[in-house]
Amino acid sequence: MDLEKLKNIAKKVRRDIITMLTEAGSGHPGGSLSSVELVVALYFGVMKFDPKNPLDPERDYFILSKGHVCPVLYSVLAQLECLKSDELCSLRKIGSRLQGHPAKDKMLPGVEVSTGSLGYGLSIGAGIALGLKAEKKNNRVFVLMGDGEQQEGSIWEAVMAAGDRNLDNLCGIIDSNKLQIDGKVEDIMSIEPLAEKYRAFKWNVIEIDGHNFKEIFKAYDKALKTKGKPTLIIANTIKGKGVSFMENIVDWHGKAPSKELMEKALNEISI
Amino acid sequence: MVEVYGKKATRYGFGEALVELGKENPKIFVLGADTAGSVAINTFQEAFPERFINVGVAEQNLLGMAAGLAVRGWIPFAVTYGVFASGRPWEQIRTTICYSNLNVKIGGSHSGIMVGPDGPTHQALEEISIMRCLPRMTVIVPCDLNETKKATFEAAKISGPVYIRFGREAVPIITKESAPFKIGRAETLKEGTDVAILACGTLVYESLMAAELLAKKGISVGVINIHTVKPIDESAIIKAAKECGAIVTAEEHQVLGGFGSAVAEVLVKNNPVPVEMIGIQDTFGESGSPSELMSHFHLKDVDIANAAEKVIKRKR
Repeated sequence: MDLEKLKNIAKKVRRDIITMLTEAGSGHPGGSLSSVELVVALYFGVMKFDPKNPLDPERDYFILSKGHVCPVLYSVLAQLECLKSDELCSLRKIGSRLQGHPAKDKMLPGVEVSTGSLGYGLSIGAGIALGLKAEKKNNRVFVLMGDGEQQEGSIWEAVMAAGDRNLDNLCGIIDSNKLQIDGKVEDIMSIEPLAEKYRAFKWNVIEIDGHNFKEIFKAYDKALKTKGKPTLIIANTIKGKGVSFMENIVDWHGKAPSKELMEKALNEISI
Repeated sequence: MVEVYGKKATRYGFGEALVELGKENPKIFVLGADTAGSVAINTFQEAFPERFINVGVAEQNLLGMAAGLAVRGWIPFAVTYGVFASGRPWEQIRTTICYSNLNVKIGGSHSGIMVGPDGPTHQALEEISIMRCLPRMTVIVPCDLNETKKATFEAAKISGPVYIRFGREAVPIITKESAPFKIGRAETLKEGTDVAILACGTLVYESLMAAELLAKKGISVGVINIHTVKPIDESAIIKAAKECGAIVTAEEHQVLGGFGSAVAEVLVKNNPVPVEMIGIQDTFGESGSPSELMSHFHLKDVDIANAAEKVIKRKR
């Protein structure tokens, strides 16, 4: 794995996120920026995914349960040439395939299912994983969730089912940036001890630095090799990562930067 | 006399159809939520254990996993009591299934007031409303065992989300196995000129009985079985309005937003005529025997006949 190349891709994705959101005038920079490395690693080193044949039945599946961070997915898909880079500036505009949250019916290659309402992705992923098991296929399913999203009860229905059914072809990833709309996750409704909870539901749990490609790849590799259990990767991240004035500031959960702040952010990302 | 070919709960029609479908189509997958026996999918489970999952008491996950299976190309049937199959995971159905246009079939058993003694918590009286307002959703309310079977077969053939409503109580079988069934097409069971009764589900039988009561009074009544509430057969409704000039709708469900509303929507756009709606009138059900409850909530043939006479007087 060429780490320098991946870091450059991550920078490009961060630049896309900032420019897309500024152009759209709304959206979610904080969680998009915190999940960059996790998604880049999947598409550029882990998943079986052929951009020229995105509906290949042999593909691995990526479900963006935290659908509000779709700019990161759209940018990655653009870099894979599933869509033209020019299309990125249509984000959140009328007639665009790039809806404010991923839309399956817009037929955008790489979007497996519509997401945005929180707490649904893991059930969908578990369903795909169950289907693959019934077909005796080896494809994998990856579901990216938020940490605030763990407050949804439907998550735990899926956690229970996936553990009970030994869905070792399913890997959940939590972009644990510790913030949600109203403030700190621990202040609003603590989800800790999260690892213990998943382990109690018969999951294999790995905790990593979610911005460190080496740790990320090691974790994905471990997930692929674990038998008999689904794997959860708790990725500790920084909300707004890469843009100093956004980092760990809850206000940047769902607000687009001005043109001026966009320039400032782009300068920082280039360094 | 209304011709009856026996009596059996519609849920068995659904269960029998699933087993047949399972033999024909290796892509059929059934999901239950701790009610497999009572919603009659246990026969599928026994026949095809590798294509069945019981998710336990977890309806949100029931629909979520069904969605995932559909993503992978399976034809999942997610089945439990109507209240829990529709209302509890409503947003999963809306956002994950309908918005993604996934090929998920939802079976809502124990529908209507006739589930009886369990009381209002288990009486599904709102699902027609909350399912039919969802874009892309097909809503089928079969009237008997044979029709439920056919509805299940047809649902498997079309692509996209389908809600099929069926019940626990044994109800008269009033359609023949050979009777035609096409999703979206109403069946005229009886021609008439003074008033048309448009019904779905269990109230189709009561409507036929009502027509007999009215015939004794010299009133000519048309009876139309509208098993597909969405997409509804607009031309059949318009034709009935033109021929009779007055309509009674009948459903074992809330009138607000339900089948009667669906009929009224068609009429106001095309050919407004007076309408009386038989159904649950914006109230919760209560515990009781099915037959007591049907009378108590005015869903019987006599109630339909009274509504018909009332609406005839409103004709212009």
